[in-house]
Amino acid sequence: MSALLELERCTKVYRVGSFGTRRLTAVSDVSFDVRAGEVVSLIGESGSGKSTIGRMILRLSPVTSGTIRFKGDDVSTYSDHRLKAYYRHAQGVFQDPFSSYNPVYKADRVLELVKIAYFPHVDRATWRSKIEASLEAVSLDPGQVLHKFPHQLSGGQLQRLLVARALLLDLEFLVADEIISMLDASTRIDVLNLLGALKARGLGILFITHDLSLGNYISDRTLILRRGAVVESGPTSEVFGDPRHPYTRSLLAAVPHLHQKWGNDTSYGFDSEQVPTALVPVGPDHLARVAV
Amino acid sequence: MSLDVSGLKMYYRTVRGDVRAVDDVTFSIADGEIMGVAGESGCGKSSLGNSLVYLAGRMKYVGGTVELDGAPLPIWDFEAMNQYRFSRVSVIPQYAMSALNPTRRVGRMLAELLKSRGFDYGSLQPELLRRLELVGLDAEVLRLYPIELSGGMKQRTVMVISTLLDPSLLIADEITSALDVSTQKAVAKMLVEFRDRGFVKSMAVITHDISILYQVADTILVMYGGQLAEKASAAEIIEAPRHPYTKLLISSLPEIGVRYETKKLHGIPGTPPALLDPPEGCRFRDRCPLASEACRRTPPFREVAAGHHVACWRVAA
Repeated sequence: MSALLELERCTKVYRVGSFGTRRLTAVSDVSFDVRAGEVVSLIGESGSGKSTIGRMILRLSPVTSGTIRFKGDDVSTYSDHRLKAYYRHAQGVFQDPFSSYNPVYKADRVLELVKIAYFPHVDRATWRSKIEASLEAVSLDPGQVLHKFPHQLSGGQLQRLLVARALLLDLEFLVADEIISMLDASTRIDVLNLLGALKARGLGILFITHDLSLGNYISDRTLILRRGAVVESGPTSEVFGDPRHPYTRSLLAAVPHLHQKWGNDTSYGFDSEQVPTALVPVGPDHLARVAV
Repeated sequence: MSLDVSGLKMYYRTVRGDVRAVDDVTFSIADGEIMGVAGESGCGKSSLGNSLVYLAGRMKYVGGTVELDGAPLPIWDFEAMNQYRFSRVSVIPQYAMSALNPTRRVGRMLAELLKSRGFDYGSLQPELLRRLELVGLDAEVLRLYPIELSGGMKQRTVMVISTLLDPSLLIADEITSALDVSTQKAVAKMLVEFRDRGFVKSMAVITHDISILYQVADTILVMYGGQLAEKASAAEIIEAPRHPYTKLLISSLPEIGVRYETKKLHGIPGTPPALLDPPEGCRFRDRCPLASEACRRTPPFREVAAGHHVACWRVAA
């Protein structure tokens, strides 16, 4: 199966400090792909560059070097109308649903803007059934959310509405950046299940998170990022079941489990260890930066 | 008992009426107990913690009593609380990252803080340095500005400062939420160590992350809609919860090893009730699969087994 989205040796360097004199490498030499009908999770701690990767894919931030290809085309070459066509297929949903909306627009107007921009010639009745279908896909009741202002909806409803909005387009690829971090425990799992349902519809999804258990729950493949570089990648069951990189192991050891207490170890020991330079295969489709 | 809270009611004043964030809450914390307080956002868990130490302007004390080490704690009196705050009841705030004064070096800020409470910085300094070392910080941090410290370092610095006077009760509000998993583990373990070393007699650890509580807390108090739903030992809350809300909440948490393909988890349908003029009765009843006519009356928070309190009509005593 060919890749829907492909990153090849992507690097992002930010200029920081006064007059941009210092350089900060946020993402260094990252390559991976996302196929149609799969969820790939990108797991890393704060500052690991995971959100930067999502932003680069959506062209919200340019790559410093490397190529991002969507269905074989380099996305950085897209000009105005090609870019608009790209956004018809690739969309993002971000962490904070409360600041993603214009507070004076009601929900139906948010969806109407999609029609104005992308489907100006679709007639009312068709559009209405399209809205109903996409709201149904995210388990929202049209009567409950349309004609409401963002502040009248809960965080879970807002996140679902953003996904529904994306589904009105001919969506093929979704960047889900920490989409459930701000939701309550009792409702977050439903939004996560929604990603599973979208996957079944054939979407490719990049799920960005800092929470290992969430990544483990929903994704087919996992990448572990540390300081901008991929330290381990592979099928989720392999990465979690048989982690090879010491950093992955230390992360897994630090996750608070529900039915099992932490061990008594107090050392983390991953800061002193030497990072080998290359990702090497350690199993089928399973790569890690370890010495073999 | 280190802390005894009885019938505590604390509302927020708004133009539309009172928001009943802490509504008739009764519990106690034993000496040496680390009690976790769990619940969703807006359930009143932070309000409960705040009302024990610092009533902000919009918060209105409505009723109930709080006793600390057998003596009443005048939480309704902002001025009278000054002699208890920091020395007897201390708090590590939700955003410890921004709790430090950015214009003072950490040491000077602490010296000013102690002076304002009538303590002498010089005589406390040896103990301070010993505790900083315990959490893996160098004495150098006292000469730095907060901006020069990393998030985890600030968190640890605030922990040491908050507990310097050996308070009877420490309220730790969401202190691990903004941290990465490895730092989170280190900070959580420090809480236990502080208790074990007697720096703090008892603790209320407030968080939305119940799996952290299972790691550090002795008992867990589950709040829902401004009221208590369940309190029991951490093991019982996780392994044998009784309240329908706790049961559904625990079963909706993904764990390492649980996969969407093999075991699909489900959330709780519906949303928590608005606490502005909430209806009489059990506040979970709109989302509860077991709700019946009886739930129109408010269930008492009663002991159904030794040390296990539940507020639900459907749980047999």
